Amino acid sequence: MGNLPFVASMMLVAIGFLALITRRNLIKLAIGITVIEMGVNLFLVSLGYVRGGIAPVYTYAPPGFKQMVLPTPQALTLTAIVIGLATTALLLAFIVVIYRHRGTLDAGKIRELRG
Amino acid sequence: MVHAPILAIAVPLLGAFAAPLLAKLDKRARDAWVLAAGLAVAVFGIAVAVKVLGTGTPWVYTLGAPSPGAAVTQGGFPIRIVLVVDALGAFMGIVAILAGAVGLLYGLHYLREEEGKTLGLSLLLLLWAGILGLVYTGDLFNFFVFLEITSIAACALIGYRVWESRPPEAAFKTMTMYTLGGLLVLVAVGLLYGEHGALNIAYLSKLITGSAVERLALGLLLGGLLMKAGAVPAHMWAPDAYGEAPAMATVVLVANTQASIYAIMRVVFTLFGGALARPGIGWLIASLGTVTVIVAVLMALIQRHLGRLIAYGAVSQIGYMLLAVGVAAVARGGFGEVALRGGIFHMINDAASVGLLFLVAGAIRRAVGSVDLMGLGGLGRSLRWESGFFLLGALALAGIPPLNGFASKFLIYESAFRASPILSAIAVLASILLLAVVVRAFHGTFLGPEPKEAPPSPKGMLVAMGVLALLILVLGLFPGFFLGRLVGPAAKALLAGRAAYLAAVLGG
Repeated sequence: MGNLPFVASMMLVAIGFLALITRRNLIKLAIGITVIEMGVNLFLVSLGYVRGGIAPVYTYAPPGFKQMVLPTPQALTLTAIVIGLATTALLLAFIVVIYRHRGTLDAGKIRELRG
Repeated sequence: MVHAPILAIAVPLLGAFAAPLLAKLDKRARDAWVLAAGLAVAVFGIAVAVKVLGTGTPWVYTLGAPSPGAAVTQGGFPIRIVLVVDALGAFMGIVAILAGAVGLLYGLHYLREEEGKTLGLSLLLLLWAGILGLVYTGDLFNFFVFLEITSIAACALIGYRVWESRPPEAAFKTMTMYTLGGLLVLVAVGLLYGEHGALNIAYLSKLITGSAVERLALGLLLGGLLMKAGAVPAHMWAPDAYGEAPAMATVVLVANTQASIYAIMRVVFTLFGGALARPGIGWLIASLGTVTVIVAVLMALIQRHLGRLIAYGAVSQIGYMLLAVGVAAVARGGFGEVALRGGIFHMINDAASVGLLFLVAGAIRRAVGSVDLMGLGGLGRSLRWESGFFLLGALALAGIPPLNGFASKFLIYESAFRASPILSAIAVLASILLLAVVVRAFHGTFLGPEPKEAPPSPKGMLVAMGVLALLILVLGLFPGFFLGRLVGPAAKALLAGRAAYLAAVLGG
């Protein structure tokens, strides 16, 4: 059962890639990227999980207690979530502009730039 | 100057976020502020380079410590985030500063107020801060954060002209590729953290033994960075991005792409330079580089859009750098070091020549309103300076002897030949084809039966182009000086200097 979060995160990444390959709607592509991002974030959080661990605050720790959680993965994940927010916002903004110009969200029809 | 490395990153960030506020007060105050920020960054970056190259040891700057010189490790375990600038980092800093300064100077005159000049300058400063952070950091997660800062700023600049239909499309494509590449890097960072519980590059480098997880991490890192560098087969975004981005941004985008090449060097030679120093990785990178060179040059042959034509030229130069990195990873030392010198020297040459071509294309677009080669022609008379600059940049890009491109390409050909004559032959052939491409572009733009009238470019834009043109001449006429003082130490820092890098961070 300990590997379940890793399996889940890999499944999220796979679902996201599937969306990127099979979908043509720009919004769905953006959703695919976000799902991959969530999979990676879940992976990072799972890395930092310690069974029975406590927050690394020395005054709270009972004497002789060794199982402290290093807060680095959580900090990484928070940063990655914030970066993901900025990326998603930018992607959606581009989609809005593209829609205004073309009136469609179909990636197959928006191919001015080729070759 | 104790704090120069962090100030070189913090000043452009402050400059970027304060510029819109100042613009509310007065447009001239904003321009002065942006110039002052640019000048300060140049001073700090050069101070870092002078100190690092002068002492010959990497400069370790510890963040969050009582003093920036405090030890990184406590009981042998690194507990703080560090900036580590070795000779290669210092060199990349100089390249980034050069590109950023020229881009800013050009952008101050290129953008019009109604085109949102303030935001353009802000984004340029933000991209600059990201690149400098990327080349100065000594921490793997920090590296990811700066990578994403450059991605976001770069894509916002690529899609800058939202009133046109093509730039947002190019920006969307680029953002997708950059984000996927960034996520691959993030997974690799997570894997390495899970394996060793640390993010410090020097510390990780010492612990790496070559396990399966570490190999996976190496593959993911290389994959993500190659996507960002625009190597074939992940190059589709590059011509769109370079072709549609405003000209002042393209110079900095070139430096941004080179920062990805720098990152590949750092990963291959420093992070995985110990247990996983296998020639197979080198062959893989060298073949990818060669394929990139030839595919990009062939695509450049058929372009009609001047910006895209130069963009494919820029992609082919990335191929040359990858070829050099690959050859150096095949033979670490001996002709491998020659290859590395060629590859590193090619970065500054590429920034100068490709940057100059993009700036001229931007000037033409500003003057005539289009860069379609079918509609251009005869501009040589009215845009005299621009045509001269274009010719100089084009010949330097193709690697014609007295100019700078030749010096670095020759080192790459020579060392690639020792590794594999076929790779070298393809690289030489591509260079000849590239000459045909740029001559056609020059002919189609500036020559032609009927002279065409065009308004002259603002002085500031000409000065920015002149700086790069001068650089091409100086680098081409005195390659020995730069190879000895800047490039040689940088190449050494990667190969023989790995031990010094680890010792500087971890002590002992």
